[in-house]
Amino acid sequence: MNRALKHILGGLTLAALAGVALAAGADLGTTQKQATNWTAITMFAVFVLFTLWITKWAAARTKTAADFYTAGGGITGFQNGLAIAGDYMSAASFLGISGLVFANGFDGLIFSIGWLVGWPIITFLMAERLRNLGKFTFADVASYRFAQTPVRTFAAISTLIVVAFYMIAQMVGAGQLIKILFGLEYIYAEVLVGVIMLMYVLFGGMTATTWVQIIKACMLLAGATFMAGAVLFQFGFSPEALFAKATEVHAKKDAIMGPGALIKDPISAISVGMALMFGTAGLPHILMRFFTVPNAKEARKSVAWATTWIGYFYILTFIIGFGAIVNLIADPVTFYVDGDIAKGLKGGGNMAAVHLANAVGGNLFLGFISAVAFATILAVVAGLTLSGASAVSHDLYASVWRHGNVDSATELRWSKGATMVLGVVAVGLGIAFEKENVAYMVMLAFTIDCSGNFPELFLSVLWKGCTTRGGVVGGSVGLILATVLTIGSASVWEAVLKYPKGSAWFPYNSAALFSMMAAFFTIWLVSKLDNSAQAQKERALYPDQQTRSETGVGAAAASAH
Amino acid sequence: MAQETWDKIRSNPKFQAFVQKRNNYSIIMTVLGAIAYYGFILLVAYDKEFLATKIGTGVTTIGIPIGVGVIVFTIILTWIYVSRANTEFDTESEAIVREATK
Repeated sequence: MNRALKHILGGLTLAALAGVALAAGADLGTTQKQATNWTAITMFAVFVLFTLWITKWAAARTKTAADFYTAGGGITGFQNGLAIAGDYMSAASFLGISGLVFANGFDGLIFSIGWLVGWPIITFLMAERLRNLGKFTFADVASYRFAQTPVRTFAAISTLIVVAFYMIAQMVGAGQLIKILFGLEYIYAEVLVGVIMLMYVLFGGMTATTWVQIIKACMLLAGATFMAGAVLFQFGFSPEALFAKATEVHAKKDAIMGPGALIKDPISAISVGMALMFGTAGLPHILMRFFTVPNAKEARKSVAWATTWIGYFYILTFIIGFGAIVNLIADPVTFYVDGDIAKGLKGGGNMAAVHLANAVGGNLFLGFISAVAFATILAVVAGLTLSGASAVSHDLYASVWRHGNVDSATELRWSKGATMVLGVVAVGLGIAFEKENVAYMVMLAFTIDCSGNFPELFLSVLWKGCTTRGGVVGGSVGLILATVLTIGSASVWEAVLKYPKGSAWFPYNSAALFSMMAAFFTIWLVSKLDNSAQAQKERALYPDQQTRSETGVGAAAASAH
Repeated sequence: MAQETWDKIRSNPKFQAFVQKRNNYSIIMTVLGAIAYYGFILLVAYDKEFLATKIGTGVTTIGIPIGVGVIVFTIILTWIYVSRANTEFDTESEAIVREATK
């Protein structure tokens, strides 16, 4: 057995054992380059041509900074819901979760539920207030009544950190995926993602990025619906018959129908749950989508649609995982290394959904699903780049450095410059991390998010007593603690830094429970102790902020097109 | 200007009552969502056997409808909130704003 394969199997076992945090990443393991798949390449080329045509259309409408950041606020709630779902349904969640179901059955369902439960929090507590207070970035909201320089600097830095980790996971996943699906070299895959993504963002801004995301979300939902439908059709649309066959052929037998090793101790489970629940409510590329709709009504509708599509999608991936168990084990010669089930799936465990596409729809459908998987990464990377670029141009340049005295054209130029730089950095990071274990990075991004961005944003909007000093100090404590504790957990200390097994000094899967509580407590304490003139002024501004956030009076309007 | 409208809105007792009502509703919904999720997670942590109990004579376990149920419940909860917020609450809020701007 060659080394690459051992790596895949090793990675899989690890993901299965420590599952919660690890499989969260876009970690597709180190994959082997496959024969060039022309069907997949042709389908992908059609997608790219079509989306570039849309970009051309969008470019004609992207004239101001507002168009670039928020598509002029002209996206409807339904469209935005699809785009948000598209941002969230990354290749990692499609391939990773169906792979987890394929390997462990029920555990995959537990895992996917965790990714959904952040959405109600956003709906009930954040969506409307974000829309009413913000303009281009979530820092607009977080710094509404505070000293602009410290709060925006903090928000921009934490945005860039989150974007960087999320981006590395996506870029490395992209390279591995394209190597296996298209038979392209890793480095070409990286450059290809970088170049196409830059064209979307640079020329089409948020309008193009949103439409690419909507198209991709529709393709992914349609493809997954077809696959799940085909699987259920094989069993006369009886889930019971599907499960019966799956337990018969799967090595773990009946164990796949109940919880396995995914949740080891309740503290880790709750901590991971908090990271997913509140981290979602602090993701910069998701939060920025609330400024693309015209008003609070549409903002609420967007989250309701997003929640619906994402939930539906997770139910589909569960069926797809079981369909893979039944279909792939039945034909080891086609789908397993050397035709031997013990040696694992060709290309690794995350390829379950891709192989199933071949099993139920032949080469043409395999090409379609491969193209969708690539399009998914492309669209998510475009969204991340745009949110990172907004943090640089709107928060750091226009607000902090120029104190808001900057015209739209100059700010737009800076946004595009920042986009270029981020695109190059993304490709560079993707290449630099090719051989690294990046499984922990998405989880780290969520942990930093729920400990830094979220507490600051939440308290600035909902608690009168919050001050600049409290927000920045508390947010920083959360951010640093989240990073340090994650490094000390087994998924980084042992799996990445290669310290001996058992030497990890932070015993839980996720730092979120501790770092988030520390952030909330520090913001509260520092704000309470802060009696400066600035703090008193900030508290006095709260009623106005509250009135605007609750009624939308004074909120940024959609620009007329 | 917005400042003048804000002052008028705040001096309207209906506004405070409205904010109170909507916030209470948001909190109740948040708590319901959290109970469903953490309840499920604690069940997984403390009573794996229960979730692995077979329904009737088949292989399908109780865990499957519960798990899928949490997903469906989350979606329904979101829609219930949004439909009330977009009709009843928005009508009230618009009326308060109208009183302040006329």
